[in-house]
Amino acid sequence: MSVTVRIPTPLRKLTDGADEVSVEAASVGEMIDNLDNAHSGLRERLCDEAGEIRRFVNIYVNDEDVRFLQGKDTPLADGDQVSIVPAIAGGVR
Amino acid sequence: MSKSIVRALKCRECGQEYEIAPVHVCEFCFGPLEVVYDYEKLEGAFDRKLIESRPQTMWRYRELLPIDGEPTVGAQNGFTPLVRAVNLEQALGVSELYVKNDSVCHPTLSFKDRVVSVALSKAVEFGYQTVACASTGNLAGSVAANAAAAGLSSYVFIPHDLEQGKVLGAAVYGTDIIGIKGNYDDVNRLCSEIAGKYDWAFVNVNVRPFYAEGSKSYGFEMMEQLGWRAPRYVVVPMASGSLCTKIHKSIKEFVQLGLVEDVQTRVYGAQATGCSPIAASVKQGTDLIRPVKPDTIAKSLAIGNPADGYYANRVLRETEGWAEDVSDDEIVAAMRLLAETEGIFTETAGGVTLGVAKKLIEQGRIPRNESIAVCITGNGLKTQEAIQGKVAEPRIIGPSLDEFDALAEADQARLAA
Repeated sequence: MSVTVRIPTPLRKLTDGADEVSVEAASVGEMIDNLDNAHSGLRERLCDEAGEIRRFVNIYVNDEDVRFLQGKDTPLADGDQVSIVPAIAGGVR
Repeated sequence: MSKSIVRALKCRECGQEYEIAPVHVCEFCFGPLEVVYDYEKLEGAFDRKLIESRPQTMWRYRELLPIDGEPTVGAQNGFTPLVRAVNLEQALGVSELYVKNDSVCHPTLSFKDRVVSVALSKAVEFGYQTVACASTGNLAGSVAANAAAAGLSSYVFIPHDLEQGKVLGAAVYGTDIIGIKGNYDDVNRLCSEIAGKYDWAFVNVNVRPFYAEGSKSYGFEMMEQLGWRAPRYVVVPMASGSLCTKIHKSIKEFVQLGLVEDVQTRVYGAQATGCSPIAASVKQGTDLIRPVKPDTIAKSLAIGNPADGYYANRVLRETEGWAEDVSDDEIVAAMRLLAETEGIFTETAGGVTLGVAKKLIEQGRIPRNESIAVCITGNGLKTQEAIQGKVAEPRIIGPSLDEFDALAEADQARLAA
């Protein structure tokens, strides 16, 4: 199961500048593990000490936020597009 | 003048601290940065007497606002009336109700003059010459006006379909006003990109940590004007959710500094039903905020993806408050209620806040016999579209006493009937 992951600018230092990488994974959690194996240090940027996806890191599978799917257990299928997008604080009041 | 007690910027998520700079996001975990202070440095040097001796502006609490020197922008802003709303008390059947009335805040008639005063004073300290913002209207007007008075250039970005009063109320100050084909969330996303590319002080992007602190002055004033006490219940409008967290912070700071007694103030959040992602999360008992596409006349609160939603949710839950939302019709009804009982014409957001306060009182979530403060943050003259056709039109007569007599007679007959 190979998926494409879009890497945001602040994390590209860890992917040798690549803005997109391919990994084998059957779930979002496994994707994070395999990303970290290939690009050491990514996991701690994406997940907190308890292993949960950080509050201001959004992970989208085919444009749906995994928080509203099954979080790290969200299954991945061959060819899925995954985006990692830091939530940027904005807004008013 | 005492020295700044600002310690650093601190990530609200992972706790990493950063030196004071125009940054707003943690490099490590992407959490939002917040200004933190060394309160112990104020011990014995910041009391009621000192505050009362200062001019009546938001800057009388300057030790708790994050600038180093004197305010260079908006030195006169703030210190709006706190109104004991006796007629409204009767209408709602409660015993002690106050309206903190920022619909008359100097100079642009909304509470945004507080946050902008801090943001632009800080921007000047950082050496910026151009300031900018993403706005649902009030912020655009405030940035434009305060920048003009300070001799700064400004760019303001708004959704293209805002109320005329908000558009004119920014354009008049000679700002560069840019309408974006999209909603506020689209404007905000674009502004994050622009902020990354242009060397401007974006008040709600790169100087947001400083900007947001300005809201605390609203809470400080409310407590001083209540006779140095915190209200037991406070109802706050929510768009990004920031105001609600900062009012809570203002109360905690005053309690910590011994300026008021801790009365366990409960904070309640108000949203329009057509854009209520934070209220929905509170009602559903979760801290996950699901973004929405806004559809409400309360355009100043129409943020579908609220930046501080999680923290607002946490304040409401931790203080044992609650959140509610009201329909467009309820918003207009509440605008009229405030105007007809207290003579205060607020914008749609104020209708949301009072509408929600009324609902919470009727639900029994806010009791009728303790102090309640309602946060009115903007002026009704800027959102006239919302009530057009819903209030009386003038009755047209000729300039003749006979015609008026006939009209008055008809009125008296109707009253007698």
